[in-house]
Amino acid sequence: MIYAITLLFLCQLAGEVIVQAIGITFPGPVLGMGLLFLVLFLRRGSTEAFDGVADTLLKNLSLLFVPAAVGVVQQIDLIQENWLAISAALIVSTVLTLIVTVYVFRFVAQWTRGTEA
Amino acid sequence: MTNTPDVYRIWVYLYQTPLLWLSATLIAYAIGDAISQALRRHPVANPVVIAAGLLILLLGLTGTPYQVYFEGAQFVHFLLGPATVALGLPLWRNRKAVRRDLLPMCAALIAGSLTAIISAVGIAWIFGAPGEILASLAPKSVTAPIAMALTQVLGGIPALAAVLVVLTGIVGSVIVTPLMNALRIRDYAARGFAVGVASHGIGTARAFQVSEEAGTFAGIAMGLNGALTSLVFLVLPLFL
Repeated sequence: MIYAITLLFLCQLAGEVIVQAIGITFPGPVLGMGLLFLVLFLRRGSTEAFDGVADTLLKNLSLLFVPAAVGVVQQIDLIQENWLAISAALIVSTVLTLIVTVYVFRFVAQWTRGTEA
Repeated sequence: MTNTPDVYRIWVYLYQTPLLWLSATLIAYAIGDAISQALRRHPVANPVVIAAGLLILLLGLTGTPYQVYFEGAQFVHFLLGPATVALGLPLWRNRKAVRRDLLPMCAALIAGSLTAIISAVGIAWIFGAPGEILASLAPKSVTAPIAMALTQVLGGIPALAAVLVVLTGIVGSVIVTPLMNALRIRDYAARGFAVGVASHGIGTARAFQVSEEAGTFAGIAMGLNGALTSLVFLVLPLFL
């Protein structure tokens, strides 16, 4: 378990360091995800212990957003002042994004997957 | 009532350690998750909403400021980074499916990512929202730590951006299942990818509840959208 956590932290750390070194606004953890993929590729696979830690983390991904969600209380004034603009933007934009993404995916997949799709 | 001072002393002690609010966060989530499970993962019974609602109520009742709460909750919040890294594992496991659908994913990512940014800013602008709100809304579809960093580029408020990100995640994860069923889309790779682009980690968590394939594609979409949105924001200031 300790090795697994260390590997996750190291990938994130390396991601953050690389981003800082290049001096770009790019999320370190996302680069870290790529680095983890690279590690798994070079090792030609994962270990049971690592799978356990990573899967537990991903299975409880919702939990990690709870502190930020509670942050609503801090921003309540700004949100109340602009509630119509914010709720319209969030709801309409999210529905639009879902529809556009899924249809473009399906449209292109029909060509690339051939007859099976 | 001779023990009242003792209770007060214990409360004061707990108030000063991160343990109290860290435990409260985990308990609130456990309750939210249990309710979600009891309602057979109904999309409206979102564990994040239930947990956050309980905690906000508790903070209000005890008169605890958010900063004190976050002292404890930061340990949970911190794990967002390592969890993003951990998405590399389902990416590796499903590399064959990912390679097969590389082209649909790239096309859907670009279309979805731009739709998310432009439609959010455009709609809020029509409703007359001020610039700092628009800037905080722009990165709403990417995961919290990324959005907080990106909104600063445009002059937004990082704390507000984080809240809008969470609200977007909740909207998407509640809407996605009924919407996709209404559209009669049964391709779980496509469904998962869409919710990952639109609603990042909370959408991904929802997708994992529905199917492993949907969750994997949502996770990939979340990572890629974080990367693409960052690139858009990196290039954007050059044109403004």
